[in-house]
Formats: sequence, structure tokens, C-alpha cells
Amino acid sequence: MTFLDFIWLVPLLPALGAFIQLLWGKKLSNQAVSAVSVGLPGVSFLWATGCFGQLLQLQGQTFTKVLYTWLPLGAFHLSDGTLGNLGVDVGFQLDQLSAVMMLVVTGVGFVIHVYSIGYMGHEGGYYRFFGYLNLFMFSMLVLVVADNYLMMFVGWEGVGLCSYLLIGFYFHRRSASDAGKKAFIVNRIGDAGFLLGLMLMAVTFGSVNFLEVTEAARGGRFGIGDGIITTICVLLFVGATGKSAQIPLYTWLPDAMEGPTPVSALIHAATMVTAGVYMVARSNALYVLAPTALALVAAIGAVTAIWAASIGLVQNDIKRVLAYSTVSQLGYMFLACGVAAFGAGIFHLMTHAFFKALLFLGSGSVIHALSGEQDMRKMGALWSKTPVTAKTMLVGTLAIAGAPLLSGFFSKDEILWQAFASPYGSVLLWVIAVLTAGMTAFYMFRLFFMTFAGSSRVPHEVEHHIHESPRVMTVPLVILAAGAAAAGWIGWPKTLGGSNRFEHFLEPVFENPALRAAEHHTWSLEFGLMLGSVVVAGIGAFIAYQWYVKEPEIPGRVAEKAGPLYQLVLEKYRIDELYDALFVDRTKNLGNGLAAFDLAVVDGAVNGTGWTTRMTAEVSRLWDLYVIDGLVNLLAFVTKVFSYPARIVQTGLVQNYALLIALGVLTFMAYYLIYF
Amino acid sequence: MIPTHWYLFLGTALFTIGVVGVLTRRNVIIILMSIELILNAVNVNLVAFSHYFQSIDGQVFAIFVITDAAAEAAVGLGLIIALFRNKETVNADEIDLLKW
Repeated sequence: MTFLDFIWLVPLLPALGAFIQLLWGKKLSNQAVSAVSVGLPGVSFLWATGCFGQLLQLQGQTFTKVLYTWLPLGAFHLSDGTLGNLGVDVGFQLDQLSAVMMLVVTGVGFVIHVYSIGYMGHEGGYYRFFGYLNLFMFSMLVLVVADNYLMMFVGWEGVGLCSYLLIGFYFHRRSASDAGKKAFIVNRIGDAGFLLGLMLMAVTFGSVNFLEVTEAARGGRFGIGDGIITTICVLLFVGATGKSAQIPLYTWLPDAMEGPTPVSALIHAATMVTAGVYMVARSNALYVLAPTALALVAAIGAVTAIWAASIGLVQNDIKRVLAYSTVSQLGYMFLACGVAAFGAGIFHLMTHAFFKALLFLGSGSVIHALSGEQDMRKMGALWSKTPVTAKTMLVGTLAIAGAPLLSGFFSKDEILWQAFASPYGSVLLWVIAVLTAGMTAFYMFRLFFMTFAGSSRVPHEVEHHIHESPRVMTVPLVILAAGAAAAGWIGWPKTLGGSNRFEHFLEPVFENPALRAAEHHTWSLEFGLMLGSVVVAGIGAFIAYQWYVKEPEIPGRVAEKAGPLYQLVLEKYRIDELYDALFVDRTKNLGNGLAAFDLAVVDGAVNGTGWTTRMTAEVSRLWDLYVIDGLVNLLAFVTKVFSYPARIVQTGLVQNYALLIALGVLTFMAYYLIYF
Repeated sequence: MIPTHWYLFLGTALFTIGVVGVLTRRNVIIILMSIELILNAVNVNLVAFSHYFQSIDGQVFAIFVITDAAAEAAVGLGLIIALFRNKETVNADEIDLLKW
């Protein structure tokens, strides 16, 4: 049990890396920084693999390891009047769900760390980048392997902080620091919901421990549709919309592309943004009790999926297309969770981590090759110039578009099928999801063709600098491409003769007596729907081929015909402007108003007090000056006046005194002469 | 034989000249000289009465006064030199340090 007993090493090793980098990284050489900060997550990944192996031997049991009690909060009254005893541990829980997440985070994270060595090699702040990246790994792993909601929240906030730090990595660029702030603030709005949900959960269950809450929820104490449970679920989902960029809090993710591309790959595609999906899946026992919340999750997921995909159709920045694609794919995951197909959501989360990390790293490689160019209108015909990048990108594109036998196909079709067939699903959800699949195929192939096919639109001075990226970048691409191709095979559906092992593996986490039993569907229906979605995706890809390879003038004509609609979509439905007008400006106005209030009333009161003090002091001063001093001076003056006659004889001249003496003598003599 | 009261008139005249000199002159040296006149007026009176009473006491007293006058002149001149060194003046009306 060695690996599992020391499971805390998995998050702690990257934390050690972050510690070293952020304290001493400046003094280390780039080689030393890479060795420490890539090596430690690598060890962490190996350790996580070891833990996973040992978990498998536990035969579906959940492993928990409590290190110590963190917050012994003591007894307090629960909402139902009984006395609860809340203590929060620093503990780790490894079950099938967190094991999958842990492997994805450490595995994909490690590969992206390796890639960063090449991508960030020429950038300033190399140690800082790896310090933050390690810190992110630590936070994300805490989030994933924590055994209670509060510790999960610690990781949740930690990844938000790292996301902020890394989006604003090029902090000297105004847009980057603004994007960082935006991400942080929008996330905070969601976090407020999460925190409220957490508190409500604590007073309802008297515990925030995953196992205890799940047990209580399954125990039958709460009926299906219970109001408090529904509230908790909705609040938790508000947190998830912030972290996982769902409507209405998705606007930060496209802006987050200001960060370095490996960051976009790791944080804003593969791992952090999936935290919300993980959290909802982790709370599955609660959501099953709240069909209203489930319907909300499904609706938000589906609408986000098609909404973001439609924006992605027309964007020209290569990373922005991928960002909207990420939002859209996250929508798929929530759609799956919303129809109570948590396993399918996690399955898509895992495959998405592979192919989206691949696509981002590939786009980073393209940007690297073109000396920092991100506009796809200035790309083209890179197929032969960057062969490894192009081929791996093709794999990623096929995977996300849902080409049969690649990973995205299995996970997405599982979601589509569940959206249709689940007792919580509906035909409408399926239609939206299929349309999104078609759009996904279109915009991804549009991206691929604009970048790698057609004729070159690269400016001449950039043209002769084009080079394939170094091996430290291409090897991670190849590894991820292999993952993007093959990761889906572990969930090979029954329809195609497999056994859907992945979802069976996760079943212990998600099985619930309150779940509505699935209706039986025929094999031909499932196969037909699968075929339908593949056809729709194929049509999307074919249109992209027609428009961007065969006849490149069509997109311009279509855009012209669509006119204002095209402009509206290109400007992202002006949601940012709407939010600015509705919330940001209002907040600023409120702030300005409060500042004016401060200036006028608060400062006025303070200044008024000061003025009053000064005025009373002035009165006091005048009293002193004229009355007190006046009395003293008057006394002196009176003395002076009365002493004047005595003073005038004091001339100081000896002769005067002598004269007086002489006169005195004469006077006495005269007195004697007259009277005697 | 010159009658005694003539001596007394001479003494009175000398005394009055001396007093007026002391009270009116500005120069301290002249004041000192006027004091000598007063002393000498006293001496004239002493000698005159000595002769009138046929007693030698008055003349002895006059000798003492002359000695005293010499000593006084020495001290007075010393004071004047010290004064001049400090104030660079020997005018009595410029020396009013006793004033309140």
C-alpha cells in the first residue's frame, strides 16, 4: 500500500517545485528550472500511476486517507434542528472518479510541462512561468483528490489564482492584465455561488465530506425534488458555470487566450475548466435528487454548446476558435451531467483533455513557427513546412470532429445518445447537440484548412522564418496525438461490439437508487443516431473543405449575404458589451458614486470636524490674546503708569544725583535757617 | 591783619565754584578737578578756623585732607582710565549705566 499511503505526495511534489521556483528560481539557470519543475510533476505522474494501480486492486472500493483535522468546528444546530458536529479534515479520497481526474491532470499536465520547455525557452520570466504552472498543478490536484468540499474549494480557489497569474503572465501588455482580472472576477461570481452552496450543505448535512454527503443523500432522508437539495445543486452549478465557462459566465475564457499557449492548453482547455464538470459529477448523488437542477444543467450545457460553437464558426484568431470550441465542448460535458449521464460527461472530459491539449499545443507550435502570428487569415499552406505539427493537428481535428474510431467520436456519441435516450434527456437536447457536432466539425476543419491547406497568405518577411518546432515540443504533440486517437477505446460502446469499460469502471461512484431507470432502446436506433451524427459532422467537414480549399471566395460572399448577422456573430453577439453596459459600468458607476459620497460626505464630515476644531481653537486663541494677555498687560501697564514719577528721576547720570543731593542739602539748610 | 570772614568768603566761593563745576561740567576730569576745589575750600576753612581759635588741630586736619585728596585723585584718575578703556568716553552724561 506504499503508493496509496503516500498519496499526498501527488499534489505535494508540484507544490515543492512551485516553492523552489518562486523563492529561488531567479537564481537558477533555465536548465535547473526545467529539471526541477518538469521533473517533479513527472514524478508526481508516476506516483499517481502507482496509486491508480493499487486502487484497481481494491476491487472498486474507495480509498481515503485523513492526514489531520483541519477545522474542528464543533457542534452546532443543523437546519432540521438536530445537533451536528462539523469537522473538516485534510484528507484524500481516491475513487474511480478522482483517479481518472488525477491521471488526466498529472499526465496531460506533465506532457504540457515538457512542451513548455521549448515554447517558453526564449521568454523572460522562465522560472516564474514554471513556478505558477507547478502551483497550478498542486491546486488542481488538491481539488481533485480532496475528500471534502471545503478542501476542494481550496484547490478551486488556487486554480483560479494560478489562472489569473498565468493569463496575466505578459503583464506588461494591457490586454493580458485586463484578461487576467476579468477571469478572476468572473470566477469570483461563480465562487460566491459555490461557497453559498457549501454553507447550505454544511447546515443541511452537518458534513462536507464527499462520502458522508453522498451517503446521506442516498440514504432516503430527502425526497426527489427536495427544495433544499435543489437549491444546493443550483448554487453549486453557479460555481461550475464560473469555473467551467458556461452561460452566463463564459466570457472570461476566450479572453484568457492572452496567456501563453501552454497555459491555454493546460488550464483553459484540459484541466482547470473541467473542474466544474468534476464537481457536478462528484455531487451526482445530490443532483439525482434534484431533477430541476439537472434540467437546468442540461439546458445550460446544451445552449452553451451551440452558442459558443456558433461564435467559433467565424473567429479568425486561431486560439479564439479553440477557446470557443472549449466552451462548446464543456457545454457537452454539462449536457451529459444534466441528463444524469455523469460517466459520459467524465469520459468526454478525459478525451477532450487529450485532443484539446493537443490542438492548443499544435496551435502554439504554429504560432511559434510564424513568429507569434495568431490570425488565421495570415496563415495557410503550412502542411509541408511543419509536418509533425500538421499531422498531429489533423489527428486532433478529426478527434474533436467525431471521426469514427478516434476518441472524440466515442465520448461525444455517448453524450448524444444519452441526451436522446436518458430518462432525463429529450429529442430537443439531441437535436441541439447534433447541430453543435456539425458546427464543431465545420469550424475545426475551417481552422485546419486555413492553417495548413490552400495557398500561403503568410507575409513575405515571416515566410522564410517558418520552421518546425524543436523536438521538445513535437514529442509532446505526438504523445497527445496518440492519446487523442486511442483514449476513447477504453469506452468502446456496446453498439459497436465493445463493453463500455470506462463507464462500468466509474459506476461505483455514480450508481444511485434514485436514478430513473433507462428505457430499453433497440440497437438499430442507437446505431442510426450514431450514424446520423457522423453524417452531420461529415457534412460540416465537407462544407469547410468546399469553402476553404476548393473555392476560397465563398466564405466572403456568404459573410456579405449574411451582413449584420455575420457581424453580430463575429463580435461574439456583443455579450461583452452587454455585460459591460449591464454590470461593469453599473459597478463602476456605483463605485464612482460611492467615491463621490466619500469625497463629499465622509471627507466633508472629517474636514468639517477639523474646521470646527480649528475655529474653536481660533476663538480660544483670540480669548487668550485679548482677554488673558490683556489682563496681564493691563496690570503691567497700570504698574508702569504709577511708577512713572519714580522713574523719571532715575536718569543714571551721576551729576543729576549729585545735583539732587546738593538741592537736598540746601533745602535742609534753608529749613534750619528759616525755622531755627 | 586779614579778618577771618574773608577767608570764609574765599572758602565759600571756592566751594560754590567746585559744586557748580561738579554739577555742570561734562568732562569727568574737570569734575575731578572741581572736587579738588571743594576739598581745598574745606582746607581754607580749616586753616582759617585754626588760626582764629589759635589751635593747631585744624591745620593737622588740613594736612590729612591734602593727603586724602592726593589718594583720591590717584584712584579717580585710575577709574577714569578704566572707564575710557570700556566706553571710549570721559563725558559724564554719556555714562548712564545706573539708569533703571
